[in-house]
Amino acid sequence: MDKKSLRDGFGEKLVELGKINEKIVVFSADLEDSTRAEFFKKAFPDRFFNMGIAEQDMVGTAAGFAKMGFIPFVSSFAVFLTNQAYGVIRMMACYNRLPIKFVATHAGLTVGEDGASAQSLEDIAIMRVLPEMKVIVPSDYYETKSVIEKIVSIDSPVYVRLSRADFPVINKENFDFQIGKGNLILDGKDATIIAVGVMVSRAIQAANELKEENISCRVINMSSVKPIDENLIIESAIETGCIITAEEHQIYGGLGSAVSEVLSRHYPVPIEFVAVNDVFGESGEAEQLLDEYGLSVENIKNSVKKVINRK
Amino acid sequence: MKEDLIKKFKEMAKSFRKEILEMIANAKSGHPGGSLSLVEILISLYFYKLKHKPDDPFWDERDRVILSKGHASPVMYVTLANAGYFDKKELFNFRKYKALLQGHIHYSVPGIELATGYLGQGLSVANGIAMASKLLKKDTKVYCIIGDGELQEGNIWEALMTSAHRKLNNLCIILDANGVQENGFVKDIKNEEPLKEKMLAFGFEVFEINGHSFEEIIDVLDRFGANEKPFFIIARTVKGKGVSFMENNHNWHGKAPKKEELEKALLEIGG
Repeated sequence: MDKKSLRDGFGEKLVELGKINEKIVVFSADLEDSTRAEFFKKAFPDRFFNMGIAEQDMVGTAAGFAKMGFIPFVSSFAVFLTNQAYGVIRMMACYNRLPIKFVATHAGLTVGEDGASAQSLEDIAIMRVLPEMKVIVPSDYYETKSVIEKIVSIDSPVYVRLSRADFPVINKENFDFQIGKGNLILDGKDATIIAVGVMVSRAIQAANELKEENISCRVINMSSVKPIDENLIIESAIETGCIITAEEHQIYGGLGSAVSEVLSRHYPVPIEFVAVNDVFGESGEAEQLLDEYGLSVENIKNSVKKVINRK
Repeated sequence: MKEDLIKKFKEMAKSFRKEILEMIANAKSGHPGGSLSLVEILISLYFYKLKHKPDDPFWDERDRVILSKGHASPVMYVTLANAGYFDKKELFNFRKYKALLQGHIHYSVPGIELATGYLGQGLSVANGIAMASKLLKKDTKVYCIIGDGELQEGNIWEALMTSAHRKLNNLCIILDANGVQENGFVKDIKNEEPLKEKMLAFGFEVFEINGHSFEEIIDVLDRFGANEKPFFIIARTVKGKGVSFMENNHNWHGKAPKKEELEKALLEIGG
């Protein structure tokens, strides 16, 4: 599979949208070169604001623009944006119901060499719990572009989680993201793997390899983590009898928890979680870290076998 | 003319103070100290300076007021009710379940722009409104009221840098420098002085006034508009102003007066 950059998708789509919508303004905490918000900065310097290394102030300022009818996109690294500005996001975006779009890059272990201080593995959990907030984790470049376009018209705060590393392209160029809808990528009958982000491509690889062992897996890209596609989860639980979740995130509070919440309320079946097991990461290469921290294709395959045995 | 206005304002201040204490006593909780310190400032803003229409709270051309110290809701609610934004009888449902008037100010109340109550956040939003107004080429004025206890929050200093760096001359920051926070005096807990020198160094046009003198408040507000730098008013005030046993007493930061205390306070305020 070819690889393409999700943050490039974000930056490119932002420029396209900026041309047709004068209400879009973009904020950065001095990381626009890395997040690719600088594409917008170059195209529309009057509507771009580098707020300095001050995430709380950045989010508050964006809230002021939202109060004046603008559509603010706020971008930074996931770890800084969601942690440093959490109180402001909760209070000014969510409690005040302002439709600020938070686009965080550099989430997860695939940040790589900078190590644990920059590797956000908690952001899905802490953003998901906020009332009003929607959480989206795109799987590739094309999905990212569709997500960025769709969230402009969503009248609530939205958190979009992107990565530093290039991810394999799994969707078609005209991919049409729909909030609240999962995307069935492969059908199967023995187990369902529900994945987000880079783990979608790994889930596809695992499913293809398991075919050779006569295990048939359904693979779902659940990029809309909140609101989540309850019907698709329940339907898959009924039809395949067990679930595996896969995410580049801590095991607590993320996609696995969100899927479990649906299953335990509506149709409990055995579930296994492929996620980082309550530890911090470290320096290393992106792919190497995924493999070393329990997110390998091999581990997905083992989890599939384990959960099938529990049926 | 101005003398008549000030005479009228002084009478209003007395009745505002009474209404503030009555609504807090009725709610059995709330923040009297930092409400009483802001009475003269809010009267001067809402009944003298602001461009606003109480019967049209979302009028596009209105000036914006962000009360960052959102726990001073009683003085804000009393001011808005007296200005005609909503029925004064709502004051007696303050802090009650399903009531319009939440404990900390909320945007569902006509006249409130922004829900606050989580200290340190309001100035960044005020900056954003000021920046957006400039981008839209509007002459909206933005007033942001912050507290001196609140000034210990880091977010505010990030925002102060932004106000100055972005040359937001359509922004007027009013610091309610009452010198007292929940557990004591600001100077003992985390000293912030010299405030005037700090704000000058940041790049503000700074004025230091007696925040209970209508003459001084009106005079300084009259100067706002012709400034090139963002405007910073250090309003020296007294926490709990007007009630002897509440003045400069941190115990009255967030406590409701009991029946006898209320009666004593109302008698002292007089008028």
